[in-house]
Amino acid sequence: MSSADVLLRGHELTRRWGGLVALNKVSLALERGTLHAVIGTNGAGKSTLINILAGEVPPSDGLVELLGQDVTAWSQPRRARAGLGRSYQRNTIFPTFSVLENCRLAAQARTPKPWHWWQSAAHCAASVPAAEEAATRAGLQALLGRTAGVLSHGQKRQLEIAMCLATAPEVLLLDEPLAGMGAEETERMLALLTSLKARHAILLVEHDMDAVFRVADRITVMVNGAVIASGAPEAIRSSAEVQAAYLGEH
Amino acid sequence: MGLATFLIQCLNSLQYGLLLFLVASGLTLIFGIMGVINLAHGSFYMIGAYMAFALSPIVASTFGGSFFTVLTVGLVLAVLLGYVLEWAFYSYLYEREHLQQVLMTYGLILVFEELRSLLVGDDVHGVKVPDLLAGLLPLGELMTYPVYRLFISAVCIALALGMLFVFTRTRLGMMIRAGSTGTAQREMVQSLGIDIKFLYRVVFAAGVAIAALAGMVAAPVSSVYPGMGSSVLIICFVVVVIGGIGSIRGALVAALLIGFVDTFGKVLMPQVAGVLVYVLMALILLWKPDGLFKAG
Amino acid sequence: MKLTLSSKAIFVLAAFGVLAAYPLFAGKFGIDLVNKIMVFAVFALSLELLVGGTGLVCFGQAAFFGIGAYATVLLSAQADAPSVGWLLPAATGAAALYALGVGALSLRTKGVYFIMVTLAFAQMAYYVVHDTPLGGGTDGIYLTAKPVLGAFIDLNKPLVLYAFTLATLAAVFVFLAVLSRSRFGRALAGIRVNEQRMRATGFSTYPYKLAAFTVSGGIAGIAGFLFAVKDGFVNPELMSWHFSGSVLIMIILGGIGHLRGALVGAFAFALLQELFQSEALFGSFAKHWQLGLGLAIIASVALLPRGLVGLPAQWKERLVGRASRRAETAEVNP
Repeated sequence: MSSADVLLRGHELTRRWGGLVALNKVSLALERGTLHAVIGTNGAGKSTLINILAGEVPPSDGLVELLGQDVTAWSQPRRARAGLGRSYQRNTIFPTFSVLENCRLAAQARTPKPWHWWQSAAHCAASVPAAEEAATRAGLQALLGRTAGVLSHGQKRQLEIAMCLATAPEVLLLDEPLAGMGAEETERMLALLTSLKARHAILLVEHDMDAVFRVADRITVMVNGAVIASGAPEAIRSSAEVQAAYLGEH
Repeated sequence: MGLATFLIQCLNSLQYGLLLFLVASGLTLIFGIMGVINLAHGSFYMIGAYMAFALSPIVASTFGGSFFTVLTVGLVLAVLLGYVLEWAFYSYLYEREHLQQVLMTYGLILVFEELRSLLVGDDVHGVKVPDLLAGLLPLGELMTYPVYRLFISAVCIALALGMLFVFTRTRLGMMIRAGSTGTAQREMVQSLGIDIKFLYRVVFAAGVAIAALAGMVAAPVSSVYPGMGSSVLIICFVVVVIGGIGSIRGALVAALLIGFVDTFGKVLMPQVAGVLVYVLMALILLWKPDGLFKAG
Repeated sequence: MKLTLSSKAIFVLAAFGVLAAYPLFAGKFGIDLVNKIMVFAVFALSLELLVGGTGLVCFGQAAFFGIGAYATVLLSAQADAPSVGWLLPAATGAAALYALGVGALSLRTKGVYFIMVTLAFAQMAYYVVHDTPLGGGTDGIYLTAKPVLGAFIDLNKPLVLYAFTLATLAAVFVFLAVLSRSRFGRALAGIRVNEQRMRATGFSTYPYKLAAFTVSGGIAGIAGFLFAVKDGFVNPELMSWHFSGSVLIMIILGGIGHLRGALVGAFAFALLQELFQSEALFGSFAKHWQLGLGLAIIASVALLPRGLVGLPAQWKERLVGRASRRAETAEVNP
């Protein structure tokens, strides 16, 4: 796999909070067309990892590279504009806006044009089509006019992904998109994730092991802030260390 | 500036700073622990000062009282006031958003001001310095310093040490720190069997009492006037912003800093003295937007 | 905020219609009072942009109002018959400039800090005009000459001033309505609901907030200009934090999140003040009007969470709730 395919790279990322080491020299690389899952127990550092990659938290040590550029010092909005999208574990949709407006506002980040104050956003030629496309890819084309707050939990999680897609990212950092979903909704989300793989590089943090083994091309296992194993799903499943440290608990 | 004058201004700065710290600590505690921004906190300071003025004749005729009796009676009344206020009003503010808290406590300021106007009037009053403390301490050959001002500083230091003791060494203090803002922590503390409602009531009453006591103790030097609550409130806000919200240590450092800047400013640059404190705040914000210290 | 020709739009058009027709059947006192309320409505609209539009609770809005007013008086002294054409923009610009400075520093803070810092910066401006000869001290300063615009608009005449104020209010209202539907306005709305999400999406939120803060300060400056021209006199109390508190009450009383809430709130607040100050109702107790006002503030924040414009919705919910409960019982007991 040539390094030209690597869209996002984290190199020896470390994060200390006072005396506590939340993340210890974690390295990983995300390649286009692959879904890379990160699993681990609670407190293993998965959220910290995503926060550092996204730019919400600065690392104490280590480096983040996006599309070949060193973005370690870049703010989160800057990384997002450069093609790094993320979704959150808890819903961060805008509940009082419609589904379309949620996606449109997200798409607007790419073409902000704030100076044209007399133009109505609802007729914005750039963000509206992008929003419709993102919502459709996420399976929400029938619900564009619905107020986001009244959607079912599964639909809200879909919207969370749609907002991410509306920014036309290269890399997707998805934090537990399956959280709180029933069986049918999980199936839909997994189909969505599989369809997204082709155009993007995806980092997936998840607890649902069955789901992870179905969609992941590569799995990294974290315990206590460090990586204990990383590789193809079959290798991870059969690894004795991983079973002892993590899988055995399930 | 001669050495004696310098020393006097230093002592004045210390006294002013410590008094500010006392009032500000109540404000920052109530916010840090209960999450309530209380605009009416300055009113408690004013209430304390007016109590010192209004209670003196009453205490004198009932107990033949001294200043210290007035302080004690005032303190008891302040604790009662705080207890009742928390139960009747403030307990409803905990879950509300900041804007609502700001406006409801602002309405309370207006109510307090008018009640004071109704009960005691709008005149400016003086409170007599008690004879015991009315002496002058000689500084060098020519200058003297009022003993009462030293007394104020001593009271503030004593209270500060008392607060430190309660927070770090007593069970009550531990419970207070455990119950600090955050619904998750609150629920956790409640599940441990600690009555959080009672805890909050105690903390609030203490905050009110401390502010009122500061007002009572300051009354003989600052005189008792209608706008005193507002002026102390806004300076306390600056203390909290500079010191860091929820941080007692920060409140102390910031209050002393402001005490010195303001006092020396009034002496050296009287024209701009009023603005200096805010310039200081602006500079510190440039450097540390979250204040000098973190909560705790 | 979608602008459909709904009941909201009809309400606003009707309100402006009433205001336009008012001088026809009102006396001098009435015209003066409504003129003053309209000025406060412009002031309230400026704050609504910040609080309702962007989620920034500013407790120092009076500083920008006061700077607009003081700039008007100080700059008009430079000419015999100052023209509105440069005086109004100058006053607006002065206020916006201070807002830019205050915003640049305050917006580095969040939440409660922001509220306290904006209050402190307003207090700083207050002390500058109160303590230094710059602003004439506590006595204040008088406007030497009322401005004119061309041959027709002589703001010395009360009716002309009334019309000018009304036109300005309408212009500001329309501007803010258009702004709220624009990309910039939608971004502000997103920042209000969830700033972190906006950042994760790619919006650098600080410049947006600073722009909103500056525009808001400028509009408050316009209100200050109108006030200075009307009263012909400015004093430091225009920058007092009580005034900052009053304008916050206006918008929460009217209803946050709605431009017409600022209009309704300004009128409601003025009426409340007149009510409690009325000696006809309260006799000699009227001089303690702040007691009634304070209680009214507490009550309205507690009982009217969505303000006066939210009342119809509140009642509807109550009625619907009652009707559906009745329907439920009807199903159970046919």
